[in-house]
Amino acid sequence: MDKKIFQGHVGIGKTLEGIALVANDNFSARYDLNRQKGIFSRRSHKLFNQSYVNKILVLNVAKGGVATAWMLKSMVDRLMAPKGLLLNVANPIIAQGAAHANMVLIDRFMEDITIVINSGDKLKLCPENGTVEILT
Amino acid sequence: MELNDFELEIQSGKHGEPRRLAIEHQIQIGRFFDAKKLIEISQVHIMADTEALGLSGIQFLENISNHSENERKVLVPTITDPRGADFNSYKRIKQNKNFIDMELRTVNAFKKLSVMMTDTCINYQVFMPPVLGENLAFGDTGSSIYANSVLGARTNFEGGPSALAASLTGRTPMYGLHLDSKRLANKSFKVSLELNNLSDWGALGGIIGKQMSSYWDIPIIYGINQKPTSDQLKHFGAALASFGSTPMFHIDGITPEAYLNNKISSANKIVDGTDLKNFYNSFLPDSDKLDVVVFSAPQLSLDEMRVLSEIIDGRKIHPDVSLIVCTAPSIKVLCDKNNITQKIERSGGIVLEGVCFYNMHAREIGEANGWKRLMSNSAKIVNILGGYGYETILSSMEKCIDSACKGKIIHG
Repeated sequence: MDKKIFQGHVGIGKTLEGIALVANDNFSARYDLNRQKGIFSRRSHKLFNQSYVNKILVLNVAKGGVATAWMLKSMVDRLMAPKGLLLNVANPIIAQGAAHANMVLIDRFMEDITIVINSGDKLKLCPENGTVEILT
Repeated sequence: MELNDFELEIQSGKHGEPRRLAIEHQIQIGRFFDAKKLIEISQVHIMADTEALGLSGIQFLENISNHSENERKVLVPTITDPRGADFNSYKRIKQNKNFIDMELRTVNAFKKLSVMMTDTCINYQVFMPPVLGENLAFGDTGSSIYANSVLGARTNFEGGPSALAASLTGRTPMYGLHLDSKRLANKSFKVSLELNNLSDWGALGGIIGKQMSSYWDIPIIYGINQKPTSDQLKHFGAALASFGSTPMFHIDGITPEAYLNNKISSANKIVDGTDLKNFYNSFLPDSDKLDVVVFSAPQLSLDEMRVLSEIIDGRKIHPDVSLIVCTAPSIKVLCDKNNITQKIERSGGIVLEGVCFYNMHAREIGEANGWKRLMSNSAKIVNILGGYGYETILSSMEKCIDSACKGKIIHG
């Protein structure tokens, strides 16, 4: 039977469920997104032109500059934000932004999280204990 | 996390709600990164342009600024990164008035916190350069990587909310670059090429940055046979941080903590002229059409402004092309005094102060001015603006100016 629960580091935010949007690519709110339209706007990004709104984004690492720390909260307040973030490796900026926006963030999994989760999977995220469960 | 008596008082709310919220934010970040305690910092550099802030961020700042002075005033010297608008010149680049109003509200809120409006990302060149071992909370990737690497000070990337929290508590969670163990190199590179100008240094930063797997990778670079200037290391670091999310680098024989790294046993990755050529070629457009030339990211130093003014003096920018130069307000004063601004503006260039092109609502000003094809000598900005819908070209300062005057991209 396939493994359904994945262990990461203790994260930020409260337990939630949502649908995954996955790519083996990186994340920066300033560099990669059109935050007005709610889509990935960097042509070279593997999720180019796809909507991230209300999805649980599953990506490799946090990259880019410091703007993400403010931008996540602004995106949440305009209802144009992802529901949560799962990364193989976070950086301080994405953690600071998630904390400020009260957005779920978990990283440092035992497995490559972009391989074991597929787009469309329904997930349950428990940042208090750092776990992700595939529900369906 | 272990908190001392003062920190417990802050947490209890004794020193006001803004400081209580600030330390709760810091505890959350500290737990995420397994920090055992907070560490006192001596200065804060805060990034809060209005594009990043949005209305919710401005309201957040205003809410703090409405508290009593003893509850809202910063505890350590706190300065600002570039703003989102130059009040003197926004009309020249057709910037929407709404952005100016947002900017005014932000500035007013910051002033009530006793934040000093320096509006610069090159604070290490123009404000108070940190010293070896000094703990900081710097909120710009370029200023952070320079402080860690070139000056030997200690800071993580502190995004706006965390830098603000640090200014209100006078401390920051002790993790990452505040720890000796996290400052050592784990990747090494041998450079075997000539670096002829600032864009080459930026390109080298980009080439290495692309090979960093995360924030926690620190490169050491061997083979640099010239003594670089502050501006060269500025462009190198800014690009490395931009492409790699990298907070620190070592250069053998140059940076102050390079000697702490034992030779890494794995083979150095070689960076040579082919890598450099491929990097430039990765930004080559499919035609020579040009809309705007930008010198920014990082803001230009006085000497960069001088060099630019000498190259452009007596020439005319083509009417189909705009040329924009961004510098720090304190540098702009010196440029005015030394006839540098005048030379650039006489040629048709626009000198902006206290802003950086990419954080002044770059998408909207691009649409307002019909700018799509953008040329710069900054590897950092050509990386960032791809996500804003621009087609970007990296070249030397000389070629950028030649192109602006010819009205089309000059290669070479």
